[in-house]
Amino acid sequence: MSAPNTTPRKSATFDDYTLSEIRRAAATGIYDIRGGGAKRRVPHFDDLLFLGASISRYPLEGYRERCGTNVVLGSRHASKPIELKIPITIAGMSFGSLSANAKEALGRGASTVGTSTTTGDGGMTEEERGHSSLLVYQILPSRYGMNPDDLRRADAIEIVVGQGAKPGGGGMLLGQKITERVAGMRVLPVGIDQRSACRHPDWTGPDDLQIKIEEIREITDWEKPIYVKVGASRPYYDTALAVKAGADVVVLDGMQGGTAATQEVFIENVGLPLLSAIRPAVQALIDLGLHRKVQLIVSGGVRNGADVAKALALGADAVSIGTAALVALGDNDPALEGEYAKLGTTAGAYDDWHEGRDPAGITTQDPELMRRLDPVKAGRRLANYLSVMMLEAQTIARACGKSHVHNLEPEDLVALTIEAAAMARVPLAGTGWIPGGGAI
Amino acid sequence: MTTADRAHVVDLASTRLRQLNQALHQLRPDTNETLWRIANPRGRHSVAVGIDAPIAIEIDGHVGYYCAGMNKHATVVVNGNAGVGVAENIMSGTVHVKGDASQSAGATGCGGRLIIDGNASARCGISMKGVDILVKGGVGHMSAFMAQAGTLVVLGDAGESLGDSIYEARLYVRGKVASLGADCIEKPMTDHHKAKLARKLAAGGMTGVDLGRFRRYGSARRLYHFHVDNVY
Repeated sequence: MSAPNTTPRKSATFDDYTLSEIRRAAATGIYDIRGGGAKRRVPHFDDLLFLGASISRYPLEGYRERCGTNVVLGSRHASKPIELKIPITIAGMSFGSLSANAKEALGRGASTVGTSTTTGDGGMTEEERGHSSLLVYQILPSRYGMNPDDLRRADAIEIVVGQGAKPGGGGMLLGQKITERVAGMRVLPVGIDQRSACRHPDWTGPDDLQIKIEEIREITDWEKPIYVKVGASRPYYDTALAVKAGADVVVLDGMQGGTAATQEVFIENVGLPLLSAIRPAVQALIDLGLHRKVQLIVSGGVRNGADVAKALALGADAVSIGTAALVALGDNDPALEGEYAKLGTTAGAYDDWHEGRDPAGITTQDPELMRRLDPVKAGRRLANYLSVMMLEAQTIARACGKSHVHNLEPEDLVALTIEAAAMARVPLAGTGWIPGGGAI
Repeated sequence: MTTADRAHVVDLASTRLRQLNQALHQLRPDTNETLWRIANPRGRHSVAVGIDAPIAIEIDGHVGYYCAGMNKHATVVVNGNAGVGVAENIMSGTVHVKGDASQSAGATGCGGRLIIDGNASARCGISMKGVDILVKGGVGHMSAFMAQAGTLVVLGDAGESLGDSIYEARLYVRGKVASLGADCIEKPMTDHHKAKLARKLAAGGMTGVDLGRFRRYGSARRLYHFHVDNVY
């Protein structure tokens, strides 16, 4: 009789994914590039709970009593601030990374529910402008497609300093997606691997940024709200400096926020989870006496109405979604499993957006694949999804006794973990303990 | 100024910059208010930005950042020095700096012409997308960084890392080049290129220049398709 064997045990450190990445790197000699945001587990909104009304708090009645959702953005300096009917916006995603049909669908969906969509690194397309009742025009380091006419026909302008998936990193758009139209808008040769700059060409530092913002205001006759978008890394100081530079709105993107294409090592190892970034940013606004006067939009892993409500309770004025919006359009749909399998992946895990072979027709410039996405139907799905998110957030707000979702506050929240309690600066559930004392 | 008697004169010592720029933005393509003169800029930023009309503007004095930014159709002359980002993202028209220009002159310019009689500092022509830039003096380091299209002509010297990560812009330098940036190489100067250069110089008001002293630079195109062996 042989001695019993122990069960084969794999290393927690060298897990299957890690081993596969070592083998891939050894075989190719190049780092892995992919789309999307951080996939690792990080403290997130799931680690927070609302307390709801009780003897000391008075709730509002279900779906009947009014619970406001509107938000005005840009009232600090712009003569024409914009008003969103819901505090959920569509994040910047470039034409080039996304198909024209996808951009149109985003515009259709957002417009249906009265919110805005955002251009991206590649300029403004007619599909997008034509179908977006409120369009935010991004000024990125590359300045692809930048021109004063589009600046003036935008409803707001967003100066992008960084994004959550890659704070400190520039963009990539590989040759497979640089079609004639994309190349023409970016003034680049067709089919080359394109690199978007990681820093702006004509300003460095917050003092310069202030002058840059003033220039954009002068060009647009001080009409447009000007946002400044940063990737979450030093949120207190970045928010304070953006405000000092004159921003009307600060956009803060956590590491779960997606990218069209970046190195995996960058996505997973640089930047902060959104949960840890909101309170420092809000604190900066409070310290400057500008909370709710300079609006804060947060993004990076927002998935449902509970996430929206939690972000607002922590002090944000609105949220922005990218990855979730693409899923609503049809990205990673299990109905396409057969095609994902042919690409060596599975529905829910497909992230090789840079290769331009998206079977859903969203992250591609292939004419045949693009045609698969019906912008009207996809826009409808996005509108439905946005409506559900808002209903969910209102449900929670009413349960907490709030007649407007912006009345949610940190006092309505507790945390399930010590980490989340420290990051969100709310008590650990069942205690009055806020680890770290709420210091920056 | 030859047009003084007919020009609109705006004195920035007594007129708000916002008033000036808004007045310029209201001009239609067929305006007959085609001559403007701006006095006392005193280093003010964002002077004459976002113009979209075929007018002529002379600015008497030094300007700060972003003078004539995103210019379309207008001819803007700066009788002085210009700060950072003069004619940034210029679309068309001409911007002529009679003195020196600071960093990022002509940055991301998509069309039109930028002429600098003196020197330009670092990052001249950064990410240029079609503008023609003529610098009669020298340019600083990292000029034509990630330059995509257009022509940069430098009669003086160029600083370090000229044309780093360059795409399809064309660079001509008469003086010394301290060093070339990633993927930027010297290319043959043929008669075809000399003819092109002569046209660019003539458009900037320069004729009779010895073309034989210029050297031509452009992209080696090794970074066009990402490969680990080409990483710098």
